[in-house]
Amino acid sequence: MSEADYLEAFRSEQGSLGAQLPDWVMALRLSALGRFERAGFPDPRHEEWRYTNIRPIVKKAFKPAGDALAPLEVGVLDQHRLGVDSAVELVFVNGRLHAGLSQMQGLPDGAVVEDLGTALRSRGETLQPLLGQIADDRDSSFVALSTAFLRDGVFIGLAPGCVLERPIKLLFVSTREAQPVVFHPRILFHGGANSQATVIEHYAGMEGSASFTNTVTEAALEAGARLEHYKIQRESTQAYHIGSLHVRQMRDSSLRSHNVNLGGRLVRNDLNIGLMEPGAEVLLNGLFMAGGRQHVDNHTRVHHAAPHTQSTEEYRGIIDDHARGVFKGRVLVDRGAQRIEAHQTSANLVLSDGAEVDTKPELEIYADDVVCSHGATVGQLDEQSLFYLRSRGLDDKTARGLLTFAFAGEVISRIGEQSIRDRLEEVIVGRLPDHQRLKELV
Amino acid sequence: MLKITDLHAEVDGKPILKGLNLEVGSGEVHAIMGPNGSGKSTLCQVLAGRDGYQVTSGSVSFEGQDLLAMAPEIRAREGLLLAFQYPVEIPGVKNVYLLKAAYNAQREHRGEPEVDAFEFLQLLRERTRIMKMDESFLHRGVNEGFSGGEKKRNEILQMLVLEPKLALLDETDSGLDIDALKVVSEGVNTLRGEDRSVVLVTHYQRLLDHIVPDFVHVLSDGRIIKSGDKSLALELEANGYQNVVEAA
Ligand SMILES: Nc1ncnc2c1ncn2[C@@H]1O[C@H](COP(=O)(O)OP(=O)(O)O)[C@@H](O)[C@H]1O
Ligand SMILES: [Mg+2]
Repeated sequence: MSEADYLEAFRSEQGSLGAQLPDWVMALRLSALGRFERAGFPDPRHEEWRYTNIRPIVKKAFKPAGDALAPLEVGVLDQHRLGVDSAVELVFVNGRLHAGLSQMQGLPDGAVVEDLGTALRSRGETLQPLLGQIADDRDSSFVALSTAFLRDGVFIGLAPGCVLERPIKLLFVSTREAQPVVFHPRILFHGGANSQATVIEHYAGMEGSASFTNTVTEAALEAGARLEHYKIQRESTQAYHIGSLHVRQMRDSSLRSHNVNLGGRLVRNDLNIGLMEPGAEVLLNGLFMAGGRQHVDNHTRVHHAAPHTQSTEEYRGIIDDHARGVFKGRVLVDRGAQRIEAHQTSANLVLSDGAEVDTKPELEIYADDVVCSHGATVGQLDEQSLFYLRSRGLDDKTARGLLTFAFAGEVISRIGEQSIRDRLEEVIVGRLPDHQRLKELV
Repeated sequence: MLKITDLHAEVDGKPILKGLNLEVGSGEVHAIMGPNGSGKSTLCQVLAGRDGYQVTSGSVSFEGQDLLAMAPEIRAREGLLLAFQYPVEIPGVKNVYLLKAAYNAQREHRGEPEVDAFEFLQLLRERTRIMKMDESFLHRGVNEGFSGGEKKRNEILQMLVLEPKLALLDETDSGLDIDALKVVSEGVNTLRGEDRSVVLVTHYQRLLDHIVPDFVHVLSDGRIIKSGDKSLALELEANGYQNVVEAA
C-alpha cells in the first residue's frame, strides 16, 4: 500500500467516522495525515532506517481492518494465549476489539481499561492532553500514520495510588486472510501518582498471516508511578510489524520494559523513553530470535532530561539462517542532567554464516558528572563451554541448544511474571536445535 | 583400561607430547607429577578429545577401543571423564540440567531407558551430600560464581553421578584448603573400585596421603621419564623434580 493508497483509505473512512468520534479526534487524525503525506514512508537513505528497508510493506496490498470480524474460535485463540492470570484481557482480532473473547470485568476502583473509541468519546479531557503528545510523529511517519487512522485500541488509566495486583493483558491476533489486513492499534496508558500496573501487549498471528501491524503505545507515568510493560511479538513469519513505545516519566517513576520478538518477517520497534524529572528510572530488557529470512530491528532512545535519573538497557539477539538483526541504542543526556547513570549492552549470538547483525550504540552526553557505559558484542557460542558440555557426554546439538537457551535466559530471568517466563522458555526451547531433548531438561 | 603408546601431540604447531607411554590397568590409581609446562594438562585434553590438540602420531586404546577415533561426547559416554584444571563457568545452564543430560546421554548410549526424575533427584541429593555441597548448587549455573574450591567439588560431583571407568583429575587438589581436600579425596575414593581407575595429576603429596596411588610417574618435556610406586612421590616432595629430570 503506497502513500496514495493510505490517503485514499483515509478519505473513505474519515467521512463515515465523523458521527462516532469527537471533533478534536477528527482534527488530530487530519493533521497527522497531513504530516504523513508530507513525510512519506522512510527510504533507506534516512539515517534511522539505514538497515531496514520497508519497501515490502509499501509494495504489498493490504486491506484496512473492516467491521466484519473474522470468525475466530476460542480454541484456536487459546493456542496463542500466554496462560497469564490477568485482571482483564482484551482481545483484538485483526485490529478490532472482540468483545466476546474479551474479559473486562473485575477491576478495582480507580482503574479504567476501556476500548479506545469509547474512551475518546467519554474521557476527552483526560485523553486529549496525552494522545499524540508523548509520541512525536514528526520523528516517524508510522506514528503519523497511526494517529491518522486513530480509532482502535485501548485506554488504560490508573488513579493516584491505584495498585493493580494482576496484569492487564492485551492480545492482538491476526488471522490468515486472502488479502492481508493492515491495522493500527493504539494504546494509551496513564499511570497516576504512585500507581502500579503490569501491562502485557501480546501480538500473535495465525500461521501464514501476512498482515501489517502498525502499533503505537504511549505511556505517561506520573510521580512515583510504576509500570512493568511487556511486548511479546509472536506474529507469523510472514507478517510485518512496526511498533513503538513512547514513555514520559516524571519524578521517581519506574518503567521496566520487556521487549521480546520471536515472530514476524519484517519487524521494527522503536522505544522512546523520556526521563523528565529526578529519580525516574528505566530498565529496557530485550530479546529477539530471528531465523529463516526474518529481519528484526530494535531502536531505543533514552533521554535523560533531568539529574539523578537512571537507565539500564540489556538487549540480546539470536540470529540464525539468513536472518538479520539490527540494534541501535541512543542515549541522550541533557546539559543539566548531572549525576545520571546510563548503562547499555547489546549482545548478539550469530549462529550461521548467512546471518547478520548490525549493532550500534550512540551516546550523546552534554553533562559532565555522569556514569555511562556501553558495550556491544557479536559472536558465536563459546568453544570452551561447548567442549565442557561435550566432555560430559552431551552431543554437539544438545550442547549448542543448551548454550543458546542460556544466552536467552539472561533476558528471561529479568522478567517479573513467572508465568511469562515459563511460557517464553517453552517457546524458545521449541525453536532450538534438539528441542525434544531440551524440553525434558529445562 | 588405558594404553597410551608413543603419543605425540602438538598445539598450534608446537610439539608438546613427545612420545608418551602409559598403561593404566583396571582398579589402579596412577599419579602423574611433573614441572609446570611439561604437558600434563595437554595429555588430559588430548585424552578428552579437545579440538586444537593435534595428535601427530601414536595411539591410545581405551577398553580395547581406539579412543582417538571417538568424538569427545562418546569418550565420556564410554566412561572417560576429565575433571578440568580450570573448569569453565557456564551461566544460565543449570548444574542439574547438565547432570541430567549427561546421565541420560550415558544411559541411552548403553541402551538403557531414561532415568525416572524422582530417582535421579534422590541420587543427586545423596551425591551432593558426599561432596558436602549445598543442594542450592544444583540450581545454579554450571560453576557460575563458584569459588575455586567449589568448582573443584563440582567436578567431582559430576564424577560421582556419572561414575566413569577412568577418572582423570587435572590438579583437582590445587587451591583447596585442608577440609576441601579431604572432601574431594573422599569423593574420589568413593569412585574407586575393581573395574574403575583413576589418573591424578598433582604437585602435592598431601593429596596422595588421602588417595594412595599404586604408581607414580614423572612427566617432563612431553614424556614420562620415571615411574615408581608411592615412594617416588615422597622422594619428589623431598628433593624436587630437578634431580629426576637431570638423571633422565
Ligand atoms: N592452548 C595452548 N596454546 C599454546 N600453547 C599451549 C596451549 N596449552 C598449553 N600450551 C603450552 O604447552 C605446554 C604444556 O602445557 P600444559 O600441558 O598446560 O602443562 P602442565 O599442565 O604440565 O603445566 C606449555 O609450554 C604451554 O605453554
Ligand atoms: Mg596443567
